[in-house]
Amino acid sequence: MNDEITIAVSKGRILEEALPLLERVDVRPLENPGTSRKLIFQTNHPGMKLIIIRAVDVPTYVLNGCADLGIAGKDVLMEYESDNLYEPLDLKIASCRLMSAGRKDTAGTGGRLRVATKYVTTTRNYFAEKGQQVEIIKLYGSMELAPALGLSDQIVDLVNTGNTLRANGLIPFENIAEISSRLIVNKAAMKMKQDIIKPFIKKLSEVIDR
Amino acid sequence: MVIKNKWLLPEGIEEVLPPHAAELEVLCRRITDQFSAWGYELVMPPLIEYLDSLLTGTGEDLDIQTFKVTDQLNGKLMGIRADTTPQVARVEAHNLKRSGPSRLCYIGTVLHTTPGEPGGTRSLLQTGAELYGHPGLESDAEILSLMLKTLQLAGLRDIHVDIGHLGIMQGLIEPLKLAPEQKNRVFHCLQRKAIDELSKILVEWSIDSDHARALLKLIDMEGDVTILDEIRTILKPCGDQVCKYVDDLQKIAELTGRQVRNAPLYFDVTELGSYHYHTGMTFVAYVPGESQGIAFGGRYDGIGQAFGRSRPATGFSTDAKKLFQLTPHSYKRKKGIYAPNSEVPGLYDFIERLRRQGEIVICDLPGQSGSPGDLECDREITLKRGKWQVREI
Repeated sequence: MNDEITIAVSKGRILEEALPLLERVDVRPLENPGTSRKLIFQTNHPGMKLIIIRAVDVPTYVLNGCADLGIAGKDVLMEYESDNLYEPLDLKIASCRLMSAGRKDTAGTGGRLRVATKYVTTTRNYFAEKGQQVEIIKLYGSMELAPALGLSDQIVDLVNTGNTLRANGLIPFENIAEISSRLIVNKAAMKMKQDIIKPFIKKLSEVIDR
Repeated sequence: MVIKNKWLLPEGIEEVLPPHAAELEVLCRRITDQFSAWGYELVMPPLIEYLDSLLTGTGEDLDIQTFKVTDQLNGKLMGIRADTTPQVARVEAHNLKRSGPSRLCYIGTVLHTTPGEPGGTRSLLQTGAELYGHPGLESDAEILSLMLKTLQLAGLRDIHVDIGHLGIMQGLIEPLKLAPEQKNRVFHCLQRKAIDELSKILVEWSIDSDHARALLKLIDMEGDVTILDEIRTILKPCGDQVCKYVDDLQKIAELTGRQVRNAPLYFDVTELGSYHYHTGMTFVAYVPGESQGIAFGGRYDGIGQAFGRSRPATGFSTDAKKLFQLTPHSYKRKKGIYAPNSEVPGLYDFIERLRRQGEIVICDLPGQSGSPGDLECDREITLKRGKWQVREI
């Protein structure tokens, strides 16, 4: 049986904040992922490696079992809407908010509200729960531009400090969800490799900032 | 569609080609032969039927997984089966009307609207066995044993079976007196083992009872039979009924162990099973290298009620194509005999005789290209002194 463990970590801020956490459970990549162009990193544990990929791809790798464990933002997991992954730990890192925002002077056009976002599923569910029918415009980045140029009335996006919103003349409206990174686990790996994974989860849970 | 793409199949819909198709067919036959040896009779429910009957007593998941079409004869909605179990339950309750135990099995294609994993299949060759009319643990053990035997027959090694019990989960969740949408959230948390999320929402809803505490403890409890004592201790404050279910699980494992040597049984009482029609014990089989379960089953008493008769029921199903993919095959096509194109009398009687003996005989077509060897023939029929005979090429 294959006893190697692969952990998929989202690039960017999540990686930056996950590395110190992994360090505290004695898992260190042998090379610095910040400077190397590699995608697979061996660690100080021969049977454990890290893969560094885009946030939206982490659930796919873990669900398919190419990675046993993953560190992904709750925003991505909400959008993925899958019950086929275990999600045992809130790592309390890379915290931010998923919010709706728009221009201060947004005067309804009388028609349907147009919302630009990359979180299409979450946005649809959110407005549906509020009883509001909206048109969703899928964008892949720089949401803040959409209301400024009249592409949409509102946006739904991650908000950290709110500086980008303000710099583009937008104000935050409503808090949709508190976001932080979660540890996700492939279901079969949790069963078949439990001798390695369970102690790892336990160790990780002890070093999370509560 | 551009002409050059006319060969394209829908995503997740695949065909099985030679030589694998013949091998798969052999596996299917061996599986159904084994079912038959255990007393399970083959049924062939239709590929498509009215949605009303197809989805009766099942959950929302199965509804989403079912392709729908309109019956042009009367405008009613029909579904292409996504799971055969409810069909077999209908057959048993409405058509067979037996009083004693009824053992039925099936094999056939089912379609899913969405694949179970990215890049996964949407057309499964579902095979399974269902046992109706007996409420006891012995029938659960029989089904569990038959599933293990089926996976072993397919050649799978290092199987891991997780057993859970819906009764325990309901026994813990019902007393929490949750609204339907709250209950839904709890189920989603359990399926994802999202312990942090569950404890947070329970605090939010100001729920703190023996049952809630037990739920939080059980969520990451899984292990072999030795873990059952720990689970019993956790469930003790939650009443005798849930504790009895744990005893049931232990007994089922014991009974299964008698029928299957070294049965690889593990326990995870928060495992909710598939498709939400289960009512008692449930199980999922995993194998190394596969990210999702490969066989599912459990007890689903009362599903036949909507069809006129409520019967105790337990069963399992798996995907024969998946089992086939997971095991190595070294396919060697049987060599054939090449027959000439000839009007000399007696040739076709001679060919018929050979075919009856189990030989492959391939007839030459006038003007064809390729040699007998290209058609996997190592012998040919020739005329020697007025008599047809076989000789090596």
